[in-house]
Amino acid sequence: MSDLHANSALFVRKEMLPPSDPPALESGAIKWLRENLFSGWLNSTLTVLGLAAIFFVLKLGLPWFLHGVWNANSLGECREIIAATWGEDAHGACWAVIRERWNQFMFGFYPRELYWRPVLALLLLMVALAPVLFSEKSNKLWIAGGVIAVLILWLSVSYGQWIPVGILVLLAAITGYLGSRGVHWPVNLLWFTGVYTGLAFWLLWGGTIWLPVVALLGFVVGWIAFRFASNAVGTIVGAGAGAIAAILWWYFAAGALSDTLTGLTGRTQPFWLRGVDSDEFGGFVLAFTIGIAGIAISLPMGIILALGRRSDMPLVKAICVGFIEFIRGVPLITLLFVASLLLNYFLPPGTNFDIILRVIIMVTLFSAAYIAEVIRGGLAALPRGQYEAADALGLDYWKAQRLIIMPQALKISIPGIVSSFIGLFKDTTLVVFVALLDPLKGITDAVRAAIEWKGVYWEPYIFVGAIFFIVCFSMSRYAMYLENKLKREHR
Amino acid sequence: MSDPHAVTREIDRSHMQVSDEVAIQITNMNKWYGAFHVLRDVNVTVNRGERIVICGPSGSGKSTLIRCINRLEEHQQGKIVVDGIELTNDLKNIDKVRSEVGMVFQHFNLFPHLTILENCTLAPIWVRKVPKKEAEATAMHFLEKVKIPEQANKYPGQLSGGQQQRVAIARSLCMKPRIMLFDEPTSALDPEMIKEVLDTMIELAEEGMTMLCVTHEMGFAQAVANRVIFMDQGQIVEQNEPKEFFNNPQSDRTKLFLSQILGH
Repeated sequence: MSDLHANSALFVRKEMLPPSDPPALESGAIKWLRENLFSGWLNSTLTVLGLAAIFFVLKLGLPWFLHGVWNANSLGECREIIAATWGEDAHGACWAVIRERWNQFMFGFYPRELYWRPVLALLLLMVALAPVLFSEKSNKLWIAGGVIAVLILWLSVSYGQWIPVGILVLLAAITGYLGSRGVHWPVNLLWFTGVYTGLAFWLLWGGTIWLPVVALLGFVVGWIAFRFASNAVGTIVGAGAGAIAAILWWYFAAGALSDTLTGLTGRTQPFWLRGVDSDEFGGFVLAFTIGIAGIAISLPMGIILALGRRSDMPLVKAICVGFIEFIRGVPLITLLFVASLLLNYFLPPGTNFDIILRVIIMVTLFSAAYIAEVIRGGLAALPRGQYEAADALGLDYWKAQRLIIMPQALKISIPGIVSSFIGLFKDTTLVVFVALLDPLKGITDAVRAAIEWKGVYWEPYIFVGAIFFIVCFSMSRYAMYLENKLKREHR
Repeated sequence: MSDPHAVTREIDRSHMQVSDEVAIQITNMNKWYGAFHVLRDVNVTVNRGERIVICGPSGSGKSTLIRCINRLEEHQQGKIVVDGIELTNDLKNIDKVRSEVGMVFQHFNLFPHLTILENCTLAPIWVRKVPKKEAEATAMHFLEKVKIPEQANKYPGQLSGGQQQRVAIARSLCMKPRIMLFDEPTSALDPEMIKEVLDTMIELAEEGMTMLCVTHEMGFAQAVANRVIFMDQGQIVEQNEPKEFFNNPQSDRTKLFLSQILGH
């Protein structure tokens, strides 16, 4: 071997090398520190400065945080306790305001004896979301389901209401029946997701149960009309026929039918809940109601707008472009003012169009315009070959969109869509400008106006901010989970 | 001839029969991209069972021609009749033609979010309304034919280029097409993988499938084609049976083209 020159041309490998493990990473905390924090004089200086900054922030903030008082009836009492425990000069947080005004932060001025209704709506929301968010059954889901069931039972017992348990039993029975008929997860719970929209409305606002039932029936009517018409005259005309059928139902049949049924059942317990006015809503009940309704409606609406904007049909395209550009070009607060003030002028006199409903519509339109653009980005990122392959196989436009294009475009758009959702949820605090009691300013101002809590400043904002952070961070984590799950290459 | 993919195997010609029935009839077809005249007065008649190779320099309109046959491109003048159905703006006719005509693309165009099996069963289930079990059985049959049944539950991104192209062929076959179009099926493949795809195409030809292939694989053309069409500048310059076409080209343009692709 020794006479083989470095630059000699001939080389013949006698045997192939088997693959071997990569070299074990040189590990150890010291090495990591040296590489990442003290690799040069600049990095060392920055590390020391950074540590100093962290130290001073903690030195200021941590005692304040730790000296916090949870049991007190007023700010003055808080200060006395802090002075007595930590010395005259000590500062401390007065978390007692959160504890004392918890209900107000959560429910606004929702009637106290009816708190079980929004709580039940929230618990059932988790159930309704599960089949949408998770396509595979897992032990974690079973455990979560068990916890929710226990909480619903507890709700029933502590408020002396049998409706929560009734809903739970009904839910379990129908899902179990579907399961026994061979309908598997997530479809065996998906029906509840549809029903939930009406159920949540009924639980939150109360009144007769027939109104949401009849309203949901409108979708069924529209669907039936769509199925019949699309078989006869094609998908687009069929969709139009379905929409018209549903609108006719809501406009002419729904009100009368609901009134008749309400007349039959009267104000007996399972068919009637005490009504709650929209101006009694507040705090996180309000933020969640607007946020979740907005998110749920704006996604499908955004998809349709994105498709419309890429359509070959000039009229459809013009409408979609005009809508998106107009809504995106106007501040959300303007739309909210339109919702609260102007809409009343345009609606026929005597119609009482609920303020929260109006706000939800505006927030939804606003967010749908953004989501449409995000999804359009996803659509543009798909190679043309995907459209061509779908066409070449004979799939029509809607099937190609549903089976080939949208699954891929939505996957690409996940980060942008979730950003829009997070933005929408945080924007719900803007409803304070139309005199609704959002948790951040509406409720906090109300709390601070009370004589015993005058002067409390940081604590409510930190608390409300923390809750917003938890919700938004969860959305972001879910998006990461979903992206990981949908990853197809090198799995 | 120094064709690295010269077909050396014996071709079974027992099922390769050209019938009198017309499968595709293209008459006086013209197409423009904006002001650019891509296809000029093209006339082609394809009988059932024919295996036609279309070749020509890039930009000669050969891909556009076969993409017009299943209306991925719209022609502006003339007439295209596929399987007795004329291609017009009628969407129903277009979908009908597309479900009868299979197409294989240069870049495979598999659906990356679906498994191999789902790629193959999607169109039969949603277009042909075949029950899922039956569609899966058909898909496995064709995946076995292209020799990759063991990959059925993987995703396209996990397969090599040659395997992906064979899946693409199987996906088209699952629709039980009467005509197959190949748009440069081997141009995006590594040399080692070209052969496996060509073998699959040869087997298909041996079964009597009506095929139109845009390709530069002259070995394939000589082995299985019954006609070679040479195009340049959007028009058909010469068409002949392969032996005559390669050994005795008539037009100067054809001679130049052949000397360039076979000369190296």
